[in-house]
Amino acid sequence: MSTQWQVAEVVGGVPENDTARTIRLRVDGLTGHLAGQHIDIRLTAEDGYSAIRSYSVASAGMDGHLEITVDELPDGEVSPYLVRDLAIGDKLEIRGPVGGWFVWRPINRNRVQLIGGGSGVVPLMSMIRAHQASSNESPFRLLYSLKSPETSLYRDELARLDRESAKLMVDYIYTRSTPEGWPVPPARLTSDAFLGRIFPPEENPDVFICGQTVFVETVADWLVMAGYPADSIKTERFGGTGGNR
Amino acid sequence: MGLVSSGFRGRRSGNPALPPGQHETQDFPVLTAGPAPLIPLGEWEFFIAAETGRRHSWTWNEFMALPQEELTQDIHCVTSWSKLGTQWRGVSLDTLFESVETTSDFATAHSFGGYTTNVPLWDLLGGKAWVVWEFDGEPLKRAHGGPARLLVPHLYFWKSAKWIHGLELTGEDVPGFWESNGYHLRGNPWREERYS
Repeated sequence: MSTQWQVAEVVGGVPENDTARTIRLRVDGLTGHLAGQHIDIRLTAEDGYSAIRSYSVASAGMDGHLEITVDELPDGEVSPYLVRDLAIGDKLEIRGPVGGWFVWRPINRNRVQLIGGGSGVVPLMSMIRAHQASSNESPFRLLYSLKSPETSLYRDELARLDRESAKLMVDYIYTRSTPEGWPVPPARLTSDAFLGRIFPPEENPDVFICGQTVFVETVADWLVMAGYPADSIKTERFGGTGGNR
Repeated sequence: MGLVSSGFRGRRSGNPALPPGQHETQDFPVLTAGPAPLIPLGEWEFFIAAETGRRHSWTWNEFMALPQEELTQDIHCVTSWSKLGTQWRGVSLDTLFESVETTSDFATAHSFGGYTTNVPLWDLLGGKAWVVWEFDGEPLKRAHGGPARLLVPHLYFWKSAKWIHGLELTGEDVPGFWESNGYHLRGNPWREERYS
């Protein structure tokens, strides 16, 4: 882990949807990281003013490289620049990856329930990729709550893994609009809709929840009320101008 | 000056109340490692356990009978947001420590739900820290640490433990939860003590 600022070079940028983009960075000396960690990015303007934001790492296990996925906030200070203006060959200052709590380690043999709201799926995707790349055969399940199919991140990769991987199952909940032919209409989130699509408490899953504050608070409370032990639930929030902006 | 990103303008506030690397938010973001515990007031207590073995404790009613202070403070989260001029009501730790005899230099704050954070005692005394139960004129919401949280506004906000249960006084600085997970032992925002 490096907590000193260092220079990273932008070597790739792929749009995920209308507002989000995955940025690949070359980071000299990076030898892997834990799935679920974040980096800090510092942008500096010509007059010396600088702004720092944290972004979850989306990739897993690439020596010398890492990827972040940034969702543009309409009134954001940093995210519009990263999504719209940053070009291949540009250099950025980063610190990290850091964090030792909201992480999944391949040595952990418990089954894992991931719950993501919107762009909260980013650190969960890092865990899925690390799990896929490992010999860890514990089942993973992702429940991905989205406003609409168009707002999905990693849509093709998740669909392919859901189809082809025996150790990952992906479920979706749509709150505003659904894909064509979806069996249930879009609906507000409810406890029943959630609890019916995740590993039950008696299977003792490790639970990771990431999304906006209200989403995380609400879902975490439902899980505790349904009998999941509080210490089996790890949460990460994108609240206000907090975490991953 | 760091590496310049051409075309990046950013939004300068130039506000001297903001420590380096911080930006101001009008929201009150919630960041917690797990679900928020539910603590009925009848089961609430605040304790100070001295290294002598003596344990001082206050029930909710005893705590509310102590002198209450109103305060306006800036708070700074390590994830880079700051909220300026927040209003709180609670009891100064100076008041709570009046009856406590100790030679310890450090404290570990324990929360309901198991969270811990370490704070040097000199950062808790001398009008620098409180146990607060009201925010913006309303009882502190559970998501923000209600019924009561520690407030140590001159340090990064993870030191202001939500759902505070009590303080354990120690001779050594023992890393708490975030401090064991890569964060700084002291967490002074003006020195940008974010990570260990």
